[in-house]
Amino acid sequence: MSFNSNHPILFIFVGAIIALVLAQSFYFLIKAIKRAKELGIKKETINKTISSSAIFTVAPAVAILIGVVALSKSLGLALPWLRLSVIGSISYETVAAGNALEAAGLGAGSQVTDPSIFITIAFVMTIGIAAGLILVPFCTKKIQGGVNKIGMKDKKWGEIFNNAMFLGMISAFLGYVFCDVGTVIKGDFSGLIPVCVMIVSAVVMAACGLSSSKFKIKWLTDYALPLSLVIGMASAIPFTMLLGGAK
Amino acid sequence: MKKNLSYMDSVHRDGKIWGIIVGLVIIAFPIALCLIFKATPNLEVLVKGVIATAPMYWAVGIIEMFTFVPMLGAGGTYLSFVTGNISNLKLPCAIDAMERADVKATSEEGEVISTIAIAVSSIVTTFIIIIGVVLIVPITPLLESPVLVPAFDMILPALFGGLAVVFISKNLKLSIAPVILMLALFIFVPALNASTVGIMVPVGVVFTVITARILYKKGVL
Repeated sequence: MSFNSNHPILFIFVGAIIALVLAQSFYFLIKAIKRAKELGIKKETINKTISSSAIFTVAPAVAILIGVVALSKSLGLALPWLRLSVIGSISYETVAAGNALEAAGLGAGSQVTDPSIFITIAFVMTIGIAAGLILVPFCTKKIQGGVNKIGMKDKKWGEIFNNAMFLGMISAFLGYVFCDVGTVIKGDFSGLIPVCVMIVSAVVMAACGLSSSKFKIKWLTDYALPLSLVIGMASAIPFTMLLGGAK
Repeated sequence: MKKNLSYMDSVHRDGKIWGIIVGLVIIAFPIALCLIFKATPNLEVLVKGVIATAPMYWAVGIIEMFTFVPMLGAGGTYLSFVTGNISNLKLPCAIDAMERADVKATSEEGEVISTIAIAVSSIVTTFIIIIGVVLIVPITPLLESPVLVPAFDMILPALFGGLAVVFISKNLKLSIAPVILMLALFIFVPALNASTVGIMVPVGVVFTVITARILYKKGVL
């Protein structure tokens, strides 16, 4: 079969794999909803979890789609579609594809026309992040068992442990927001854009929390995170105009 | 025998089966490409590309497994490690859902809420990408418009600004040390940036857990 990075057969294969991944998501969704009802979790809570998770996902999913569009310039549409629908992340897939293209002596935007190079890139993107995919089915139960023991031994410590993990992750991303502020010394203020965006998002979240408790607007709490996310992102547009190019 | 299987045991059993099937299919894809196009990978490029990519991402992947499993729960883990985009989408989504439902990640209630949130997020993401792929020609100019690009570049600051307010306000004493450490590291170590933030997540998690243990033992928390 003659090679073309947008060959219909590629879309059929990728579509089939994505259908399988979708089936897995639906399977676990139905299973978890059934169990939630057995546990006595209110229908309202389940419905709100579904609706707010769906709304929250829209903006990050569009960002992932932008990654698909960017990668499609060199790899065609099918491979980035698969890679960004399974495993990895926008940052990983871009780095992996970039490394493979560079190893092949091609620039980031150049179109791959050689089937051997295209296959090689697909292998690099797959192998590069396979650790989690291979190990998770065999290690998750043991890791979770260990964590549950902590919670069973000392309930209060179990809760603090849990919060500490979330905070650890959040603090790493807060640090990342400030990674370019040093450029201010050189007269480049673009490093302040993420800081300003983070502040806007934080203020929106705090305002949602305060107004929902003061004025008893329950829905504000349910959609506070997507709201702070979208307003924060939108604020990046004027901040970028004001402070210079994006980082 | 089947009746005695607890919900958690069945999640692990099903997660393992799905994980192995989907994992094999994903790994088989590049092999299928070889058969379809009757071509083989360029070994030199393959070795170079894998060496440049795998060591870092395998190490991160293994550490992530230990740090993400307790936060995502079992069902959430089996789904997230297949559908990806964990720290920039699935985990914040699960954390927010558990926070709003007032359930702990380590409880069975937390497990089901996290699984529902992550499954919905995975399904919505998949459908948005499908729509995007179908409509790629008309939407590309919109997605690449100079006005919108800065907004999507700033997704992580916009996401974690909101989450930080919720968690820092509830755990003020515990937040001080990790936030100061991470700010100092990211500001003063030039190597730490967007592509290395993934490595710093486990560092932040381990440091915060140790700090929490010390503060807890001293009776501060």
